[in-house]
Amino acid sequence: MAEPDRETTAWGDKFKGVAALPVQALFRVLEGPLMALQRVVGIRAMPYVFLLPNLAFFGIFVVIPLFINFAFSLTGGTQVFLSDRVYVGTEQYSFLLDCENFVDPVTCREDRFWKGIFNTATFIFFQVTFLVLFSLVTALILNRKIRARGFFRSVFFFPVLLSPVVVALIWKWILLRDGLLNAFLVSIGLDKILFFVSPEWSMFWAIFVSIWAHMGFYTLILLAGLQAIPPDLYEAAEMDGTATERIFWRITLPLLWPNLLVVVVLALIKGVQIFDEVFVLTGGGPGTATQFIVQYIYNTGFTEQVQNFGLAAAASVVLGVVLFVLTLTQLAATRRRDNV
Amino acid sequence: MSDALARTRSLGSLITATRGRGRLHWTDIFTYVYLALGVLLMFGPVVWLVLSSFKTPAGLVEFPPTFLPLGQIEVQVEGHDKPLPLFRATLEDGTVRDLAQVRRIGIVSQMVDPNDVSQTYSIPINDREPVREFRLATENYTDPLERFNFLTYLRNSVIVTVIATLITLLINSMAAYGLAIYEFRGRNAIMLLVIGTLMIPITVILVPVYLVVTELGMVNSLWAVILPGAATPTGVFLLRQYMLTIPKDLIEAARMDKASEWAIYWKVVLPLALPAIAVLAIFSIMWRWNDFLWPLIVLNRSEVYTLQVGLNAFQGELDVQWHYILAMTVVTLIPVVLVFAFLQKFITTGIASSGMK
Repeated sequence: MAEPDRETTAWGDKFKGVAALPVQALFRVLEGPLMALQRVVGIRAMPYVFLLPNLAFFGIFVVIPLFINFAFSLTGGTQVFLSDRVYVGTEQYSFLLDCENFVDPVTCREDRFWKGIFNTATFIFFQVTFLVLFSLVTALILNRKIRARGFFRSVFFFPVLLSPVVVALIWKWILLRDGLLNAFLVSIGLDKILFFVSPEWSMFWAIFVSIWAHMGFYTLILLAGLQAIPPDLYEAAEMDGTATERIFWRITLPLLWPNLLVVVVLALIKGVQIFDEVFVLTGGGPGTATQFIVQYIYNTGFTEQVQNFGLAAAASVVLGVVLFVLTLTQLAATRRRDNV
Repeated sequence: MSDALARTRSLGSLITATRGRGRLHWTDIFTYVYLALGVLLMFGPVVWLVLSSFKTPAGLVEFPPTFLPLGQIEVQVEGHDKPLPLFRATLEDGTVRDLAQVRRIGIVSQMVDPNDVSQTYSIPINDREPVREFRLATENYTDPLERFNFLTYLRNSVIVTVIATLITLLINSMAAYGLAIYEFRGRNAIMLLVIGTLMIPITVILVPVYLVVTELGMVNSLWAVILPGAATPTGVFLLRQYMLTIPKDLIEAARMDKASEWAIYWKVVLPLALPAIAVLAIFSIMWRWNDFLWPLIVLNRSEVYTLQVGLNAFQGELDVQWHYILAMTVVTLIPVVLVFAFLQKFITTGIASSGMK
């Protein structure tokens, strides 16, 4: 966290005044018991007391589930409770990974899983590429000496805060058969396009809409990176009469590179987990054309007639491994950026 | 808001801005074009949503769509109890007149002149156009309140957001305090655990968390949505980093005054950490209000749906009632827009400095 700016503190004062009253009452009520507790366990045990509630939540809802996930992936059947389930060893994994030809999902025994992986890979490739590209261009433009920069920054940023469901519905409404976009196509003399019937168009709009929704976030990170570049470098280049293009390639890009790397990896991590907005927009369709890994897990574990928790858990473990590798890359990239 | 208005007003002077060399570089032109397209592409869809949400079902199926929501004018005509819809009809002799429709029989419309009741006409329906005016179909907003569980969804979303945010703030700030202020055995291990859990998004542990929630008997209760995400590693991390900047002398001084550790936490450290807590509060509200996948899994009964899940259920129905969906989408969007309008600085500095969302 950076130092709080003045506005932040001013708002904090207001918050202190109004919203905090019931909260303060709660703290006051808790004060007696916790003082007594401190007398019993001693001051050296107090840090553990403060950490306990949060760690209990972590334990119950993150750490224990992580282990249960492995256990689940080694069992079969449809029971929810682990003790009722049959141990099947690595059968779920071999079922998932059984392919005659790994580059062709149709030859796999669980072709939906591989279709999901292929779809996700296609999605990530285009989404991350164009997301980073547009974020970079937008950040560069917002970093110029333009009027009303704050206004334009919020124009590009506000979709970040919209819920995925809202984002998907906004665009679905535009892309429907009798929607705004088709009205436009007809008005310029083209035919209507049934976007959600065509696999290619569905994938295109899934990518487009998710870029639309998330671009602002990455733009903001890149903008912060651009503003951290010392202005004297630019002044010096200007004095030497360096061409704009050359300034970009020789100063801006190299100095922004660490940030760009962080943005790419962050976008990859989010991209692998794509679900919400595409699920509402296309429902994974037509067919399985826009079904991604997370939707495969969701369908397998929760919406099919036979809830196959074991298979869903095994697929989650595969997803988890991918994310783990990506997150390690992210930490490395962030560390490199912050050390530069 | 007035600030934003002032900014848009200065848009005009933007045209004249250059990079200071007197002539327009190609990048200047590119900038203007890009920004103009950006405004259109980012705002356009939302504006279209809001405009559409005020259209009647008939107005929504119209193709090509009208830009503004329109409603047919109805007139009170002598001898008729109900107001009659007004049409602009082309008579056989080619004159055009505004007539009220009494009834429609097949492809012929029985019409009457609203100013002269004795004048009646039979006009083929192709020769008449409805006379319309700008009108907001506010029933799109009021109907769902009565006819669907919309209010329940709204209430559920508010409950989840408020309670979850309070729990998150309390336990995260406690943990952050423990990690920032004390030196104790196992601190590094716990920090590692916190950072480690950052790597485990809910998408990876959907099945086992569902098991835990089932075991605790919480499926189809709002607690199933509130509790699993309450201990956010990002929150602990953010608050701890902030609390590290609080001078240790303050805490030592409070201890000298025989303040209990709990008192130091909520009377000394928390007030000083308020800016960071405010940032976390805003994030938490956003996360909870917009949460979708997890509620979708654990909430299977309509009366516990949150807004997001409810909206998705509506749009998945066979007979999609877009006029209600669009209106409900606007309602779902309003809190976010309000938060954005008032707290934009916070959100953007929060994201830029912590790199999270």
